[in-house]
Parts: sequence; C-alpha cells; structure tokens
Amino acid sequence: MKLHARTSRRRFLARTIGAAGALALSGCDALSRTEWFPKVLGAGEKLSEAAHHLITPRKAMAQEFSEVDLSPTFRSNGTAMPNDARYRALATAGFADYRLEVGGLVEQPASLSLAELRALPSRTQITRHDCVEGWSAIGKWRGARLGALLETLRPAREARYVMFYCADPMEDDGTSPYYESIDMNDAFHPQTLLAYELNDKPLPIPNGAPVRLRVERQLGYKHAKYVMRIELVQSFDKIAGGKGGYWEDNGYEWYAGI
Amino acid sequence: MPIEETDARRAAVVRAGTYLYYRHTLPVRVMHWINVIALTILLLSGLNIFSAHPALYWGKSSYTGRPPVFEITATEAAGGDLVGVTRIFGRDFVTTGLLGASEGADGERVPRAFPSWLTIPDTRWLAMARRWHLFFAWVFVINGLCYIAYSVAARHFTRDLAPTAADWRSVGRSIIDHLRFKHPSGEAAKRYNVLQKLAYLAVIFVLLPLVILMGFAMSPWLNSLLPGWVDVFGGRQSARTIHFIVAWLLVAFALIHVFEVIVSGFWNHLRSMITGRYRVEVEATDETAR
Repeated sequence: MKLHARTSRRRFLARTIGAAGALALSGCDALSRTEWFPKVLGAGEKLSEAAHHLITPRKAMAQEFSEVDLSPTFRSNGTAMPNDARYRALATAGFADYRLEVGGLVEQPASLSLAELRALPSRTQITRHDCVEGWSAIGKWRGARLGALLETLRPAREARYVMFYCADPMEDDGTSPYYESIDMNDAFHPQTLLAYELNDKPLPIPNGAPVRLRVERQLGYKHAKYVMRIELVQSFDKIAGGKGGYWEDNGYEWYAGI
Repeated sequence: MPIEETDARRAAVVRAGTYLYYRHTLPVRVMHWINVIALTILLLSGLNIFSAHPALYWGKSSYTGRPPVFEITATEAAGGDLVGVTRIFGRDFVTTGLLGASEGADGERVPRAFPSWLTIPDTRWLAMARRWHLFFAWVFVINGLCYIAYSVAARHFTRDLAPTAADWRSVGRSIIDHLRFKHPSGEAAKRYNVLQKLAYLAVIFVLLPLVILMGFAMSPWLNSLLPGWVDVFGGRQSARTIHFIVAWLLVAFALIHVFEVIVSGFWNHLRSMITGRYRVEVEATDETAR
C-alpha cells in the first residue's frame, strides 16, 4: 500500500513537472507569435549594439587571415543566380554595360562602370564570412573602399545610412529585391569594400557578381550581393518593410555584429 | 552554510527533534531561479539556432577541407521514410525520432536536428530563436554579475563555497558517500559537502564563464576587439563547438544537481530554495542546538 502510494505520487509529480514544462514551452511559442513580445526581446539587440560600440574602437579591424586559411571553395548562400531579366542580360555581356548608381544625400551623384570602380582606391583582405546560420568561410576579397568613394561624392550632413539595392528578387514572382543598409561608421571603415574580386578572380555570379558589399564585423546577410544602386538616406523607415534590409524585414536584427 | 550564533538564533524550533534553519539568503534564492529560467531558455533557443546549421567543426572556418566533427542530418530510406542520422567523427548513428528527423505537433516526420519539444520556438525559426537567445543571454550575464558582486560582498564564496582543510581531507569519503546515496544529516547537512562545493565552483568559475566567452567568440564584431583572440580557442568554429559542448556539460550538471536534490530530500531542498528555510534534524548528542 505504502509503496503503491509512493510510486503513484512520484508518477503524479513527474507528470505535473512534464505538463508544467509543456505549458511553459507552448507559452513561449504563443509569446513568439504576438506583436509585442518579440519587440521586448529586441532590447537584447539594442543592448548588444550599445555594449559593442562602447568597448570597441570605431576603427577596430576585423581579423585578417593568410592564404593557407582560405576555404577551398567559398560557399554561396541565398541567391546563386538572380531571377531578373535585366541582370541576366548584363551577365551575358560580361557586365560590360553594368553601372553602379550612387545617389541620395550626396552633393555629387555618380554612375560608375566596373572599370571606373576598379580605378578607385582599393584594398585586398582575407577575412572570415560568418553566416547567421552558424557556418563560416574564409575568402580573399579585393574591392573599392566604400569610404574613399563616398568622400569624393561629399555626403550631406544629414546622411545617416547607406542603402544597397540589389538585382536579386527574393520572391519567385520576381518581386521583393534584396536590399541592405549600414551606418556611416561602417561605411567609412577601412575594411568596408565594394568587392569585385574573390580569391584573385572576378567575383563569380553565385557570390554576387559583379559587385558585392563587404562589411566585416557583421554577419553574412549584411554583405549584400549583386549591388546595383547605392543611396545615402537619413532614415529607412519608409523603404520596403522599414527595417533597413530584406532579412531585417523578416525578423532578423539590423545590428548583425553578433 | 555558515554555522554561527546568529544563524542558530534565526533557527526556530517548530517540531520536536527538528528545526528550520535559514539556509539560503533572499538574493541567492532570487538569482538561483532567474538562472534556472534564463539557462533553460538559452539551451532551448540555442538548440533551435544550432538547427539552422546542424554541424560542428574544428578550426577557423567551416570550410577548411576537413569534414565536420559532428553532424545531425536526415536521409531518405528506400521506402521514402525519413531517417535521422547523427554523425560523430565520421561514424553514423541512426537517431530517428530524436535527432535528424522527428515528428512535429501535427504528427508528421520532418527533417530537423532537435525535436520540436526541445526547442524555442517549436518551429525552425532562426530569427525568433536568436531574439530569445540574445535577450536571455543578457538576463543571464547581468544576473551572473549580480551574483558575483553579492557573493563577494556577503562573503558567500569564502564562507559557504571555498573548501576547508577538513573538506579536502574528506574528498575520498564524500565520493563513497555520494555513490551510496548517503547524505550528511543533522548539523552537517547545513553546509555544502566538498563535492557539492567543487561542483558549484567548477560551474561558476569554469563552465559558465567559458560558455559566455565562446558566445563572444562567435560574434564577428567582438572578434575585432583584439584580432586573433579567438584563435586561442582553435578558431571561430572551434569556439562554436566548445559552446555546444559546454552547454551539454551544464545540462549534465543540472541533471546531477536535481538528482541529488531528489535523493537527499526533495521537498526540504525545494522549500529552502523558495523560503530559505531548511529542516535540520537534531542529533541526540548535540546539546547546543536544542
């Protein structure tokens, strides 16, 4: 009798704990699907950004590696070939007709061919690309320093963000083009490049040809591929989903340093 | 816990032969339960984050020419059924139902590293899992800093956690006692035993700082703080692997901790971690406590 009472009490306890756990978990899932709770959790992003900026010098350099560390093949993630007629026509012609439009809050908007982009002050760096999914790859990049380009165009005082509009649509029907944004500090960081070479060869299409952004110290989704147009803005609230990037509009953090 | 006059005075005799002893202070109790919540959410959201790329590597990047050291995948059997496969150092283990492929809430088997009942949120949703993880990481770190500050100020470390000379001499005996599920009773039950002290110290000063540091090592921004510091741990992907292993070591600690709580008086321990009061039996030879 006594033994039976004890085992049934234990079973009751185990079941209670199990049920409480299941209830707590489904509570977490219900909270995830509310409008307000993810915003509360978003305080973590703001804290991380503030803490990182507090302890890291503005021009702190991302780690650079040597040739022996290079990944045998640099993984392509997301779009491997933009589903866009205009882009495909440019690619077929070897990007001979490609022009990078730079405008918005600058005194002197510009339109650059690949040759003009290559003539700008450049930098070569071997860096690690950290994807938000958890993997990383090491590649050698060569590209125009974004800061040097922007200096010649003289940004307006009120410019706060640099927007990157890309050729790759994220929806199957050809809509929702990829886009990204970074702040002026990152734009003028010496390692921030408009990269046109990967591992000493012209940037391959799966990796963002002809030009992709390199913004070391941030996760992979910030490194916009297939960049067609750059715009300096004061705010991105009114652009697309209003969160400053395609993945940001889908719930990812704008600050991708972590 | 300290055996002092003040504590003896705080102890109220409520039942013949036993009395309640004030074992855990309010800050320790509050921080303990915050830690339980934060670490549970960190683990479950972490398993969801891991599921976005369920492979672990040793080295500076994932693509070094060497295969992953650990991988959870799904393959399709001849009949079309999904089979969950866990690969450790190249050796395959079928783990259908738990790892690689498991049934969701709708009963359908889908490819997923960890089952839905072990992840926050329950679906594969990396953006939301990151929000939970990076928010509760702050809760956990701030709580931990408060605990360190409190424990230094209140001399919790030196009085309750630092092993004494007598503790060190009793290590062998304590191991045998633990293996026989024999636990201190009476006055001796007021203080932590030596294995308990060493386990807590290892968790507080080794495992928890290590899991935080390996989290930092995965941040590309914090990598720039001192270029190359991550290589001390074998590189960024090694740091991710260590982060994963330490998380499971913490799970192992929690399981043993809860097991010990159950076998040495579940309700008594639970009450002492909620109200602070722990019931101590008065030993026949102990006149002073009466």
